[in-house]
Amino acid sequence: MTGWLGPRDRAAVLLGSLAGEAARRLGRGGGTALPGLIATSVAPGVTARLARMPGAGSVVVTGTNGKTTTAHLLAGIARAAGLDPIANRSGSNLERGIVSAYLDALDGAAAGGRPRLGVLEVDEAALPGLLPALRPRAALFLNLFRDQLDRYGEVDSVVEGWREMLLADGSGLALVLNADDPPIAALAEIGRGDIVTFGIEDRAVALDADEHASDARFCECGAAFRYEAVFLGQAGLWRCDGCDRARPAPDVAAHDVRVGGAATTFTLDLAGRRVEVELPLAGLYAVYNALGAAAAAHALGIEADVIASALGDAAPAFGRQEAFALDGREVRMWLAKNPAGLNAVLRTLAPPPGDEGGSPGLHVMALLNDGIQDGRDVSWIYDADVELLAGHVESLVVSGDRAPDLALRCHLAGLRVDEVQPQAGVALARALQLAPPGARVDVVATYTAMIEMRELLAEWTGAAPYWSVGAERGPA
Amino acid sequence: MSERGIRALWLYPELMNVYADRGNVIALRARCAEHDLDCEVEHLELGRELPADADLVLIGGGQDREQRRVAPDLQRHAARLHEWREEGVAFLAVCGGFQLFGDGYRTSRGEELPGVGLFDVTTVAPRPGAERCVGDVLAETQLGGVGEVVGFENHAGRTYLGPGVRPFARVRHGWGNNGVDGTEGAVTGSALGTYLHGSLLPRNPRITDWLIAAALRHRYGADATIGDAAPEGAYAVEARRAAATAARERGRVHVD
Repeated sequence: MTGWLGPRDRAAVLLGSLAGEAARRLGRGGGTALPGLIATSVAPGVTARLARMPGAGSVVVTGTNGKTTTAHLLAGIARAAGLDPIANRSGSNLERGIVSAYLDALDGAAAGGRPRLGVLEVDEAALPGLLPALRPRAALFLNLFRDQLDRYGEVDSVVEGWREMLLADGSGLALVLNADDPPIAALAEIGRGDIVTFGIEDRAVALDADEHASDARFCECGAAFRYEAVFLGQAGLWRCDGCDRARPAPDVAAHDVRVGGAATTFTLDLAGRRVEVELPLAGLYAVYNALGAAAAAHALGIEADVIASALGDAAPAFGRQEAFALDGREVRMWLAKNPAGLNAVLRTLAPPPGDEGGSPGLHVMALLNDGIQDGRDVSWIYDADVELLAGHVESLVVSGDRAPDLALRCHLAGLRVDEVQPQAGVALARALQLAPPGARVDVVATYTAMIEMRELLAEWTGAAPYWSVGAERGPA
Repeated sequence: MSERGIRALWLYPELMNVYADRGNVIALRARCAEHDLDCEVEHLELGRELPADADLVLIGGGQDREQRRVAPDLQRHAARLHEWREEGVAFLAVCGGFQLFGDGYRTSRGEELPGVGLFDVTTVAPRPGAERCVGDVLAETQLGGVGEVVGFENHAGRTYLGPGVRPFARVRHGWGNNGVDGTEGAVTGSALGTYLHGSLLPRNPRITDWLIAAALRHRYGADATIGDAAPEGAYAVEARRAAATAARERGRVHVD
């Protein structure tokens, strides 16, 4: 199994795997990061050698929002195409998580002769450091929004890091790019391999006005972008007024998009071949994730019918639109950790214009944490359009380590806050109480709050623990 | 419609809005409503002309790229902004806006961005690789008898005060203007510059009141006051307490 590795690497693999096994036995999470951490300290550079696993190329998935869901969708497509995906789980998207994924792949049952494919979610700031070791076949860039400025620095510096990376290590790398997001689309200028672009081709689902959380208003040339339609943040039908840069016609596109329910349908155009997709995920942002996965699969040569049917069979990634039955109510989880992400969720929850009063009021539980993975700075809640929910909320319970900040934000947005309860379990019980039997409670949470809620829900409902979900199918 | 109101001007809301600067406008509107005051907010974009008058001017922070675009445009308005400050117009300049309202900003690449000179402060970005000033802030201000203020700072530039300004606050936890002298922000007349976002105004309604009172004096004369002081809202008080706790637990400790 490990014949292509040297003795030190094999020792690293053994120790890392033992640590993962021990962590699982002790119930200390699923060992999504620890094995990789140990392996890389025993044998520095082991990442590059693991990534050369014979017969296993890889695709990396990066961007601010949607990485986990998109990688999850792509892994599903790969499986449907007869490949055996190697995927990092639970959003563990730094080097240690990726190495842990390869260790799991070595540990697991033999792939039954099926070719392997690394489907690796990689943190947008960590990607430049990892690309030389991973040497993937393709890199999928989803979007770029302001996120945790206290940790990543400014949005411009993330793009700068990507550009330097592609100039240094991008030879032969296929780029899968969101045509609708200007700084992502601009990466095509420095690509030195195949380029596949994706985008939405349906003006009917455009927003009425620009979003405040738009983070790329100006072109490299200095002029402002002009939009014929905005779909999400700064993603839309754009062109530059000052130079000839414009949104490229996407190779992979969504037409006739119908959003609004728990599922989303659209016509997927893969370079002229059209198939219908019934995606069991809500919201326009889910369409972008599905398009990204479809475009990456297309770049790998996977057939359109296989892609469409795999997308139709998709289950949510952990904590992202996962639903749980509890106490006669449905609890649905939504991850939101930056302004663009929260806006995407709020637009999915709030009824569309023209449906005023037609939809039942929402029962919302919102959690704001300020852990390192959430971002220490909670200021971002003021850049999100919390006002979108005004008039649509029947009950609202606010929780998390920074519940008072979120309660103040909701209050300023004109929402009535029924309860502020930092303790998540107590808050969930209260939110269930405020929702009538049969109703849905929407839990909107930042990253660490989502993990905490997911554990709580697993405990209360007997669902699978979070670390066992992700590479495989989601919970029933 | 209320009988009285203020006219606010928000400079470059699309460019200088890097983190939560909109929160100050949201809080200003809400606080004015609590005082039964109208609040008009006009936007000024790049290349446009200043309106004839304003009672309060707001500017937020931007990335270096945006600041490079804004700095020359702001120069066109410098003389008028100085007149306004002399006439008692209130100003709130946060982070990058505070830097551009000072005498100038030297970037880490050594570029000199001109400032408007409304505040007698100079900002210098340290050499690349130096630590950014990032974290929760708890500070004490004499302004309007307010006392404790909270916020979050995130800046590379180090700002030094000249004799023409006094500090807005003294840092208890956090970096402040430069991480050395314990000062935070600057005040001159009715102009307030600060590195605090978070946003500043939602959690510190007494600072909002200080700005509103100055705007009312500009509009209605020196005797104008807010009137019956509305209490701080319970949500604001609780959020400030949470931020103060975060700053005490993990904010950089400033030692005088």
